[in-house]
Amino acid sequence: MADGTLAAPRPAAIDGTRANGMQRFARRRSTIAFLMALPLLLVVLGLVAYPAGYGIYLSTLNRRMTANIGLGNYEILFDSDTFWDVAFQSCVFALSAVFLKALIGFWLAHMLHHIPAKGQRKWRGMLLVPWVIPPALSTLGWWWMFDPTYSSINYILNIFAVPSVPWLGEAWWARSAIIIVNVWYGAPFFMIMYLAALKSVPEQLYEAAAIDGATSWQRLRYITLPMMANIISITVLFSLIVTFANYDIVRVLTNGGPRDLTHVFASYAFQVGILAGNIPRGAAVSLFMVPMLAVCAFFVLRGVTRRNKEQM
Amino acid sequence: MSIRAGNGMSRRNVLRSGAGVMAAGTLSAPMVHAQGTGGTLRCGFWDHWVPVGNDILRRLCAEWGQANRVEVQIDFITSVGNQNLLTIAAQAQSRSGHDLLSFPTWEPASKAELLEPVDDVMGRLIGKYGAVTPAAEYLGKVNNRWVAIPAVSGTQMKPACVRFDLLQQHAGIDIRAMWPAENRRGPGADTWTWDTFLTAAEKCHAAGFSFGIPMGAFTDAVDLVGALFASYGASVMDARGNITVRNNAKLRTAIEYMVRLSRFLPNDVWAWDDASNNRALISGRSALIFNPPSAWAVAKRDAPQVSANCWTVPVPAGPEGRFTPYLPYFWGIWNFSRNKSSAKALLEHLSERPQAEAQTTTSSGYDIPPFQSMNDFAIWATEGPPVGTVFNYPIKPHHQSQTSVAFAPAPAEFAVQAYTLALNTKVVARIVQGGESIDAALGWLERELTTIKRGG
Repeated sequence: MADGTLAAPRPAAIDGTRANGMQRFARRRSTIAFLMALPLLLVVLGLVAYPAGYGIYLSTLNRRMTANIGLGNYEILFDSDTFWDVAFQSCVFALSAVFLKALIGFWLAHMLHHIPAKGQRKWRGMLLVPWVIPPALSTLGWWWMFDPTYSSINYILNIFAVPSVPWLGEAWWARSAIIIVNVWYGAPFFMIMYLAALKSVPEQLYEAAAIDGATSWQRLRYITLPMMANIISITVLFSLIVTFANYDIVRVLTNGGPRDLTHVFASYAFQVGILAGNIPRGAAVSLFMVPMLAVCAFFVLRGVTRRNKEQM
Repeated sequence: MSIRAGNGMSRRNVLRSGAGVMAAGTLSAPMVHAQGTGGTLRCGFWDHWVPVGNDILRRLCAEWGQANRVEVQIDFITSVGNQNLLTIAAQAQSRSGHDLLSFPTWEPASKAELLEPVDDVMGRLIGKYGAVTPAAEYLGKVNNRWVAIPAVSGTQMKPACVRFDLLQQHAGIDIRAMWPAENRRGPGADTWTWDTFLTAAEKCHAAGFSFGIPMGAFTDAVDLVGALFASYGASVMDARGNITVRNNAKLRTAIEYMVRLSRFLPNDVWAWDDASNNRALISGRSALIFNPPSAWAVAKRDAPQVSANCWTVPVPAGPEGRFTPYLPYFWGIWNFSRNKSSAKALLEHLSERPQAEAQTTTSSGYDIPPFQSMNDFAIWATEGPPVGTVFNYPIKPHHQSQTSVAFAPAPAEFAVQAYTLALNTKVVARIVQGGESIDAALGWLERELTTIKRGG
């Protein structure tokens, strides 16, 4: 790039000062870095910032999108029983699913970590399968297993004289079904992240602890967890964002039913915005996630920064 | 990497000239086509459940295109995953896309401001074929102007598909004698009411063949409950948009009926989707469902012993009449289309009787034309086995029935939201499943409707 610039013919004397200034500006590392990052910035602006800004703008319009009603859509949502049900369910769904995914992922990572390297690869591949199948497809498989009339899970339960479970017909069972599918799909992600973190914990620390007579619980509590704290925080935050915005599992499994008691923000926003033709209110529903996730992100990232400073 | 070439052309000059050419080309771009042709018409039709349903549209459009020297490009857009709704929303936002599209039930009213009025086409068609079914008029006419043409392809009704052997055996009703494959009522047809239906539901439930009526948030459930409410004269919002839930005796009676009926339905109907009732019939578990002939058609392929005992009959009548659930498609032309006249001409051609009959016949009688005078196509009398099983699928004069859309006569912009949110089935579910009192459930319904009305 620099060669190319130098190879360019000298501009006329009258523009000499300005051209030199421009050349210096173009040669600055920050300018080159900016230019190289520009395509990515444009992508982010076009596919993230613009839609987000447009979403905010849409949420301020009336149903016909002919007049600006400010925060009117949010005010209407706050007065809606269904919306508060959706907010409650989104929180229950996201928090319990992320907690279970983190717990199961941590346990699986530990199990895998103690398997010899040769066998580990095979298990790791098998355990990652749920994560690599497109969720809409795998949820369809789960839906067949939970089917109200022909549930294969119920068929097996009945063999053992256990009564059928209304997996998708009763509110709490339906919520549980959605959480189960989300955990099944998302736990491998936690597992692989935690496995990588576990492998990076220096063995010497465990050896020193063993010499000091530390129990396995103490090793976990005072070595493993502190060493993994940052990766746990980041993984939980990332998963919280993705789980809060989950749409396909609810859509395929329950469509928000029974009685709207399994809707989450994304599925409800789609129903209100696209299916019911009230795009501004649908935008307002989906944007309600932003402040909640921003608060979570603030606290998690503050914790990460604080720990990094302590370690330095 | 020299910027300036030896011939004196600078990069800036090249870019400037290129931009000029591009701008001139774009700004002046007319619809260029060969001399003497009508240009290109881009159509987005609904991707029919019946594969040959697409073939007939393709053929009819090609014939018309050839005769009128218009290149007709067709995309078939599926409703699976609401792909058609997403396409409509995207084209409405970007003001670009197809010239004409298939619009499901509520979309013409929702997008009325972006649709080219088609009063001229509808005027000619009505002049030729008589009145359009009232529900299609309610959905397709906004502020006294037709904004879309009620389509043949994809439009369905949901009368009762009955296992006549089971109904005879367990409820003692000879439904085929009551509603024969003829243009007349049989003995006992006057007794085919919701009260008779309730008694039959109880008996069949006791015999292990419960009626398969979904009560979730999908269209089959919402449409049937809407038709039942209409037959009791129960509405939740009037045509002016006033909420009519409070002190509404008819609404309360209809809800009480649904609560009683729910006791005789399978206990998992609250989680049923639009395919669950079909499966209930095809598997032989159910004595009756409300559905177009698609369930019977699948049974004919997969369970012929079931389909041989199926008979389609009108929906039972209530105190205020008989209402048949109706789920139409419309053909609409965007007002940003560049070929509106060709679009209108094509849609008029597709709506003519010979073309309408071709569509209905190819779909084995599934597609219902919007004109009541067309409800006599031969296919409904000849389809079988048993022959005549779908004779009573379209509304015939002796049915004394009319089409129903749930939440009519509320203004379409409010009705669509109530419909999509399935407020009518949820109010029943809150009582039966959630254990709420009728008053509490009606209070919830009123609050939800108020929320829908707010925000313009």
